[in-house]
Amino acid sequence: MKILYTDVLVVGGGLAGLRMAIAARRRGHEAVILSLVPPKRSHSAAAQGGMQASLANVIQGQGDNEDVHFEDTVRGSDWGADQAVVRMFVHTAPKAVRELAAWGVPWSRVRRGDREVVINGERVTVTERDGAHGLVAQRQFGGTKKWRTCYVSDGTGHAMLYTVSDQAIAADIPVHERMEAIALIHDAGRCHGAVVRNLVTGELTAYVAKATAIATGGAGRLYRVTTNAVICEGMGQAIALDTGVAALGNMEAVQFHPTGIFPAGILVTEGCRGDGGLLLDGDGHRFMPDYEPEKRELASRDVVSRRMEQHIAAGRGAHSRFGEHLWLDITLLGRAHIEHNLREVQEICRNFLGIDPVREPIPVRPAQHYTMGGIRTDHTGECPTLKGLFAAGEVACWDMHGFNRLGGNSVAETVVAGMIVGEAIADFCDRTANDAVVSTGLARDFLGREQARLDDLLKGGGRENANTLKAAMQNVMTDKVGIFRHGEALAAAVEELQQLVERSRHLGVAYKAPGANPELVVAYRLQLMLRLALCTAAGALARTESRGAHYRDDYPRRDDGEWLKRTLARWPDPTAALPTLDYEALDIGAMELPPGWRGYGARDHMEHPAAEGRRARIEQVKRDLAGADRFAVQEALMPFRHLLPERYRGPNERLDEGTA
Amino acid sequence: MTAPNARRPRQLRIEVLRHNPADAASVPRLQGYELTEAPGMTLFIALNEIRETQDPSLQFDFVCRAGICGSCGMLINGRPGLACRTLIQDMDPHIRLAPLPVFELIGDLSVDTGKWMRAVGERLEAWLHGAAGADVDRMEAPMDPDLADAIYELDRCIECGCCVAACGSAQMREDFVGAVGLNRIARFRLDPRDGRDDGDFYELIGDDQGVFGCMTLLGCQDVCPKDLPLQTQIAFLRRHMARRGFGGG
Ligand SMILES: Cc1cc2nc3c(=O)[nH]c(=O)nc-3n(C[C@H](O)[C@H](O)[C@H](O)COP(=O)(O)OP(=O)(O)OC[C@H]3O[C@@H](n4cnc5c(N)ncnc54)[C@H](O)[C@@H]3O)c2cc1C
Repeated sequence: MKILYTDVLVVGGGLAGLRMAIAARRRGHEAVILSLVPPKRSHSAAAQGGMQASLANVIQGQGDNEDVHFEDTVRGSDWGADQAVVRMFVHTAPKAVRELAAWGVPWSRVRRGDREVVINGERVTVTERDGAHGLVAQRQFGGTKKWRTCYVSDGTGHAMLYTVSDQAIAADIPVHERMEAIALIHDAGRCHGAVVRNLVTGELTAYVAKATAIATGGAGRLYRVTTNAVICEGMGQAIALDTGVAALGNMEAVQFHPTGIFPAGILVTEGCRGDGGLLLDGDGHRFMPDYEPEKRELASRDVVSRRMEQHIAAGRGAHSRFGEHLWLDITLLGRAHIEHNLREVQEICRNFLGIDPVREPIPVRPAQHYTMGGIRTDHTGECPTLKGLFAAGEVACWDMHGFNRLGGNSVAETVVAGMIVGEAIADFCDRTANDAVVSTGLARDFLGREQARLDDLLKGGGRENANTLKAAMQNVMTDKVGIFRHGEALAAAVEELQQLVERSRHLGVAYKAPGANPELVVAYRLQLMLRLALCTAAGALARTESRGAHYRDDYPRRDDGEWLKRTLARWPDPTAALPTLDYEALDIGAMELPPGWRGYGARDHMEHPAAEGRRARIEQVKRDLAGADRFAVQEALMPFRHLLPERYRGPNERLDEGTA
Repeated sequence: MTAPNARRPRQLRIEVLRHNPADAASVPRLQGYELTEAPGMTLFIALNEIRETQDPSLQFDFVCRAGICGSCGMLINGRPGLACRTLIQDMDPHIRLAPLPVFELIGDLSVDTGKWMRAVGERLEAWLHGAAGADVDRMEAPMDPDLADAIYELDRCIECGCCVAACGSAQMREDFVGAVGLNRIARFRLDPRDGRDDGDFYELIGDDQGVFGCMTLLGCQDVCPKDLPLQTQIAFLRRHMARRGFGGG
């Protein structure tokens, strides 16, 4: 039996995992990172468009600050987010960009003087200030009032991931590659590490740690059409669910990105629309202004994706042998802009579609893109029901995205949460009461259980084929738990997924090698993925309203009276057919921004009885504090600074705002 | 839009050089697979279809399947390239695949580039030096926009290993850091935020494992999927390092 000890076990080598490990290491704790692949191949590398942080350097970002970023994020979330966490996030995001600038990220910079940009289909000239010359530049993204998205050409995630990964190498943090956590070791409400499978040799090892931090990214592969990498299979969420103790928050909140290339689903960035690209229908007509006169192509992703599908359903799509789609037209941006700022997009179009977007429009259709739900944590990133278990990044429901996350807020979350949760992990490890005291018996039990599960797949004589069942699951999710949802279809999805769970108990693997065995990997992951799929479908069926990306055409209105709450899915009894669903209410009385209209999309939500009172209270506070600065007003409405690690509490300096 | 090809679908024959070093009985061999071409089919789609319907033991690596993560470097008809973005419609229906040379073989088409890249990264100290202690509350230090672009240009490397696999020097001496390593040094050398000078860089690459090991065969630049100007960078570094070696500034 192999057991390995460390202070901090980080599961995942993407941006969130690396940043947490660096934080813990800098505070003197030993950290080991596990990753399915070399860390620089993590899916963080795919983020093209950028990272939101209210630096307010470019002229179109002037006047931006934490308050504006806060409001955009809460509206984007359709009031599903935890507002205190959003505050922590928007406050720390500028620090994260500046830290990364110091670590080596080659952020695109502001150039003084005139330049031409495309806004709402028109070429306009903007003039950048002298004082901003050379500072980090921002571009426009959907759902934002100001230009706030910092970027590195269109390889933002790549540049960030390489820089952070290089700093992890500099800090001498070991990454155990091709190692997969397949179960958490836990006992009496305390997490002690993970059972880890070597993907090359098949050997199992128990990694025992004081703190276990999950940063395994999204679960896009629950769906047939997704922008996510093939390794985004939701194993982090799944092994947390498998404890029966940890809860998953809002798994029904799934984002569909408007512009997956058709039919492969590979993403072209929102930066295409942010920079001025247009959506056209089968007749070449620009249809978004018809539906969304305020924000047009740049409403939030949930809204744009729905409008696109609605337009296709109305028979206005373009036809191809693969089915219906729409067009993304960036030809109006011009060759120079595309070859400079949207080069990855051009490469993708050339390599996968055989077209040049400088001259031709790009066939697109919405595709699954982001998992808003995940392992429910408190504001420090710790699981409230399983001590010593932390989560950050896309895998977590920290919950700053609620029911829809804004473009550019996700890579920002990975590093910001990495900074904040990393400090909390270091604090946790500092406390001697948390020293690991684990009996080898416990580790042995968990290793034995997992080995038995694998042996059963290899030798149990089951006849079901994992690839077949996986495809069936992905079809159910895409067809019935997608952009437009309906009670009957959701009920059918739950039923079909349950049948698949039943069949997955009889999986057999034809190829028997104990070591590198891709078929075995599909099989053991699938058993866990099916449960995640059920949490998503069951949560969606139960939520009889529409909020953010969760849209029920049988309940098209947001219902704050009934549903201003977070879904918590648990699976306490492994033989049960369904997860248990509980709900965690969001407290309007503590909100800085009470629920209202988002500024785009439908205007017909049902009010919460306490919303009016809270709005009045806020107006009162603002009147009482007339003349006070924005920090004092904010502090009076919803204090959050005390929740942050001390080193990140300071104010952010800007061109127009000193750090008095 | 792409004219979907109207011909009758072709029959493809894909031959894979197979070997499983973990299995003592395994000997390297070519194995052929037949399948029907589908519109828009890439090697990513074809290899997955083979694994799902014909041979569950076949090993290969894909992650992003969008040409940006660098996982799927392999020899495609003898030439290093990224399999995920290789469209089969542009190729002869008889395709030969083999793992990238130089890197440790994990099995079939899967090689351990991660270990190799981390080792070179550690040896070359390929991270920005002097990064500690930034005051994150203050405004960032300005940088010339063109310089930032130039740094990003070199930062676009995805460590896929194609340049190493195509490199005569790397095949002859296993400690050669390759174009990927030299490019990383060129990147940090260009970056004013890095506290090192040419003397420091000379210590890292001023020998035959480094910039003087390159035989200028140009293989690296020909195959780089990101079209990085690798030869220009190596030549430039060599000039500076040679000057340094002769005791110049
Ligand atoms: C195509 C695309 C473009 C995007 N563009 C943007 C953008 O422009 N702006 C933005 O803000 N966001 C963007 N996003 C979203 C954003 O990139 C991701 O949400 C974010 O990078 C996720 O980072 P992470 O660290 O949480 O996880 P990842 O980067 O996905 O890393 C997960 C890590 O976990 C490891 N892992 C997984 N399972 C296991 C296991 N069982 N055991 C061990 N290791 C495991 C993996 O090997 C990997 O290292 C984009 C997403 C996609 C798909």
